[in-house]
Amino acid sequence: MPVIEFQNVSKCFSRTGGSKLLRVFLKEQLQKRNHEVFYALKDVSFRVEKGESLAIIGSNGAGKSTLLSLVAGLTLPNEGRVEVNGKVAALLELGTGFHPDLTGSENVMLNASILGLSRKRAEECYDAILDFSGIGDFIQQPLRTYSSGMVMRLAFAVAIHVDPDILIIDEVLAVGDQAFQAKCFDRICEFKKAGKTLLFVSHVPEMVKHLCDYSIWLEHGQVKASGTPGDVLDAYSGNG
Amino acid sequence: MWTGDYSFVLSNLVKKDFKVRYRNMSLGVLWSVLNPLVTMGALAFVFTKIFPASKEPHESVFLLCGLVPFNFFAMAWNTGTSSLMESYSIMKRVTVPRELFPIATVLGNCVHLLIQIGILFAFTLGSGLGVNRYWIWLPYVWLMEIVFVCGLAMATSAINIYIRDTRYVVESLNAVLFYFVPIFYSHDRIPKQFTELVHYNPVAALILALRNILWKGIAPPPDLLLRLTFCSVLTFVAGFLIFRRLKAGFFDHM
Repeated sequence: MPVIEFQNVSKCFSRTGGSKLLRVFLKEQLQKRNHEVFYALKDVSFRVEKGESLAIIGSNGAGKSTLLSLVAGLTLPNEGRVEVNGKVAALLELGTGFHPDLTGSENVMLNASILGLSRKRAEECYDAILDFSGIGDFIQQPLRTYSSGMVMRLAFAVAIHVDPDILIIDEVLAVGDQAFQAKCFDRICEFKKAGKTLLFVSHVPEMVKHLCDYSIWLEHGQVKASGTPGDVLDAYSGNG
Repeated sequence: MWTGDYSFVLSNLVKKDFKVRYRNMSLGVLWSVLNPLVTMGALAFVFTKIFPASKEPHESVFLLCGLVPFNFFAMAWNTGTSSLMESYSIMKRVTVPRELFPIATVLGNCVHLLIQIGILFAFTLGSGLGVNRYWIWLPYVWLMEIVFVCGLAMATSAINIYIRDTRYVVESLNAVLFYFVPIFYSHDRIPKQFTELVHYNPVAALILALRNILWKGIAPPPDLLLRLTFCSVLTFVAGFLIFRRLKAGFFDHM
């Protein structure tokens, strides 16, 4: 059974996009014509088996984030089928739900609960999270007094304690100083060794080659190339 | 699929709402106490000095019986309506159940409600209106109000994702409602043909029930309680169904 399977998946958004003002909404209802749609993903198929890791590369606006949000179950495809087996944790953007006026420890609990940790597990992990983040005594200070690097370190520390079957990482490894980056990288390698699935978006070729078995290149919502990370990266960089 | 712990998220969101609102203010939670007192003072002045004809006995209790439920209702509905939009960044990234946001916001307002109920009790006892056995109805009528606002907040917060003007519609409705529920006038002054109609508004029904229990010291009429229950539960179910219907499209509309 594949961990992730996409069969001819398409996802489109209306061009007027997003929530509307009443004025726009009424106009659309009255005119009744088909509003323009924009395909963020078009006819994408791939599968990832258990323990495999997939890298997704492509320029900005190629549809990478849309693909990840489909895997994370945040939205449904307009066409095709998405199948995901296992608990997904998405590091789409770190610090989801962080609030600047809450202290570090309050934010850890809030963030942990939103990411799906139970109260018991969050309390068990608390020391490990604090330790991993290296925030120290600052943990009782409001988040707005933190440097941006500290906020990211704290957020990453919470996120890696979710313990998912599928970990989605969207260019978040550019976090903190080198020592912390190395720590994160080790953690991700451990995760992969445990036989879990990694879905990885990055522009750093060494990282993609090191972490992933398989890779797809998205361009304008379509799969332009797929195969081993080496081949796909060569094609990608050759194309510029 | 999200496999977390509903009550853990809910308690964290409620705590966040409460802490964030007061942490940076020098008077802190005291604002919850001052707010209704200021409005009550202004209304009391108007109705003792400007329109003395409308003066009721024990008028501080009379006014608070109207103001406390209305303030809670207006505040909870307003903040509940914008709750989803404000959790935008979370909803874009995590599949945490969306219903939790409007519910948590309404429950967050209940913390202030408790403080304001405390003031209401203090004034009731201070005016020499004692405790009576009908007080056992109080938790029930308040609960119905919370159920009612949760239903409304679920519906309007979901619609607000699709049409952003909803927030302002709700604000205007609240402003209008202030005059259409018996806050600063007695229910007896409402023309006969409308009195029945007013009972179907849970906010008005709650105010009338509170005045019966705390101010007049009599039992709330059974048909009033029945209508309060019926309308509140119906609104909750309707709100939940509207929310469920609309939530699939939230992501695409943000």
